[in-house]
Amino acid sequence: MMDFLQRLGATALGVTERIGRGHLFLLYVLGGFPGLLPRFGLVIKQIYASGVLSLLIIAVSGLFVGMVLALQGYNTLVDFGATESLGVVVALSLVRELGPVVGALLFAGRAGSALTAEIGLMKATEQLSAMEMMAVNPLHRVVAPRLLGGIIAMPLLAAILSAVGIIGGYLVAVGLLGVDEGAFWSQMQAKVDLFDDVASGVIKSVVFGFVVTWIALFEGYDAVPTSEGVSRATTRTVVHASLAVLALNFILTALMFGDD
Amino acid sequence: MPEAWVRIRGLRYARGEQVIFEGVDMDIPRGRLTAIMGPSGTGKTTLLRLIGGQLHADAGTVEVAGENVAALRSKALYRLRKRMGMLFQNGALLTDLSVFDNVAFPLREHTRLPERMIRDLVLMKLHAVGLRGARELMPAQLSGGMARRVALARAIALDPQMVLFDEPFTGQDPISLGVLVSLLRSLTDALGLTSVVVSHDVQESLSIADYVYVISEGRVVEHGTPEALRQSTSPWVQQFLQGQSDGPVPFHYPAPDYRADLLADDRP
Ligand SMILES: Nc1ncnc2c1ncn2[C@@H]1O[C@H](COP(=O)(O)OP(=O)(O)OP(=O)(O)O)[C@@H](O)[C@H]1O
Ligand SMILES: [Mg+2]
Repeated sequence: MMDFLQRLGATALGVTERIGRGHLFLLYVLGGFPGLLPRFGLVIKQIYASGVLSLLIIAVSGLFVGMVLALQGYNTLVDFGATESLGVVVALSLVRELGPVVGALLFAGRAGSALTAEIGLMKATEQLSAMEMMAVNPLHRVVAPRLLGGIIAMPLLAAILSAVGIIGGYLVAVGLLGVDEGAFWSQMQAKVDLFDDVASGVIKSVVFGFVVTWIALFEGYDAVPTSEGVSRATTRTVVHASLAVLALNFILTALMFGDD
Repeated sequence: MPEAWVRIRGLRYARGEQVIFEGVDMDIPRGRLTAIMGPSGTGKTTLLRLIGGQLHADAGTVEVAGENVAALRSKALYRLRKRMGMLFQNGALLTDLSVFDNVAFPLREHTRLPERMIRDLVLMKLHAVGLRGARELMPAQLSGGMARRVALARAIALDPQMVLFDEPFTGQDPISLGVLVSLLRSLTDALGLTSVVVSHDVQESLSIADYVYVISEGRVVEHGTPEALRQSTSPWVQQFLQGQSDGPVPFHYPAPDYRADLLADDRP
C-alpha cells in the first residue's frame, strides 16, 4: 500500500515537473519571437515545411468528410423536407468544428510527429549542443520559427479542409442526391456568419496550431537523446496533442457557443 | 610561459554516483597548443564541455579569459562563446544544411558581412581542410573523417581566440592527418590561437603540442612539455605513451574479476 502511494506520488511529481518544464520552455521560446521579425524567412520556411507536409492528407480528408456530412445530413433533413438547408449543415459543421478539429488531429499526426522527431534527432546528434557552442540559442533559432510557423499554418490548413469539404458536400448533395444547386449555395451564404462562425473556427485553429506545435517541439526537445527516446517522444506527441485538441475544443466551444 | 587563458582550480564533477573529476587543476596557456590526453572514457569530452560552459562543475572553478564560466549569465556566456570555437567529436554538423552553409552558419548568425565576403571566407576555410570541392554536399553524403574536417572549418569560421578540438585526428588517412597536424600548428603560430586538442594519438599530440596534460581516473596524472613527458619516470606515463596493455593503467572499465565473472552462476 505504501509502495503504491509512493509510486503514485512520484508519478504525480514527475508529471507536475514536466508540465513546469514545458511552460518554462515555452517562455524561452516566446522570448525568441521578436528576433524573428527581421528574419521572417525562417518562419516562411517552416510554414512551407509543415504546411506542405500536411496539405495532401488534409485536402483528401476534407473531401471525404464533406461527402459524408452531405449524405448524413440529407438523411435527417429529408424527413423535415428541408433538404435545401443541406449546404448550411455541411458548411457550419465544417467551419465551426470539423475543419479546426480534424485539421488539428491530422496536423498532429503528420507535422507534429515530424517536428518531434526532427528536434529529438538534432538533440541526439548534438546539433543543438553545437549551436549553443556557436553562441546561437537553439530555442530562438530552431524552435521559435517552428512554433510560429505552426501557429500560422494551422488556420490555413483548417480553411483548406473546410473549403475542400464544402466542395465534397456539394458534389454529393447536388450531383448525387439532386439537391437544388441555387438553394445549396444561397442558404449557405445567408446562414453562415463571418464573425460567429468563421472567426470562431479561425480562433480555434490558431489555438490548436499553437498547442499541437508546442507539445511537439517540447517533446522533441525533452526527448531522451537516443533512437528509442526519440521514437517514444514521437508517439507521445501524437497522443498528447490529439487529447489536448479534443479537450480544448470542448472548452472553446462551450465558451463561444455556450450562451446561445 | 604566457598567461593562462583557461584556469581550472579544484574541479570536481560527478554524474550521479560516478565521479569524473576530483581536484583537477589546469592552466591552458594563451596562444599555445595544449594537448589533453587520457584513456577513453576518462572525461576528456566532459572537460571540454565544462570549459565551454555547457556543464557546470560541482565544486571548484573554471575560468576562461578571466571569467568564471559557471557564474556567467546567458548573454555574457554567449559573448564569450563567440570568441571560442569547438570541434565536436562526431562533427555535429547541421544535417539540413549543405557543407557550405554549415561553415557559413556562424558567419551568417553573428556578422552582417555581405554574401560575397562570406563566400570567400567559407571557401578559404574549406580549402584549408581540403574540402573546397565538397561544398555542395550534404552532411549525410560525407564520410566520418570528412564530416569532422568540415566541422573543423566551421569551428574556425569566426576566427575565434580559442578552439577546443575534440579528437580532430580520428578517422583521417595519413595525408589528411599530416595536413591537419600542420594546420593546427600554423593556426596557433600564425594567428595566436589558443588551441586545446583532445586526443589519444600519442605521437601526433606529442609532436605538435607545446604543453601536455595527461588525465586519468579523474586526476591530472602528469603535465609538462612533450620532452619532459617523454622523460617522465612515472610508469603510468611510460605505459600510456608506449601503448602497452600491461601496467598501472587499466585497459578495462572497472569490473569484477574476469575468472570469477565467467564462472559465476548463469542465473540472472
Ligand atoms: N550523457 C551521459 N550520461 C551519463 N554518463 C555519461 C554521459 N556522457 C558521458 N558519461 C560518462 O562520463 C565519462 C566520461 O565521458 P567522456 O565522453 O567525457 O569521455 P572521453 O574521455 O571523451 O572518452 P573518449 O576518448 O572515448 O571520447 C564516461 O565514463 C561516461 O560513462
Ligand atoms: Mg570524448
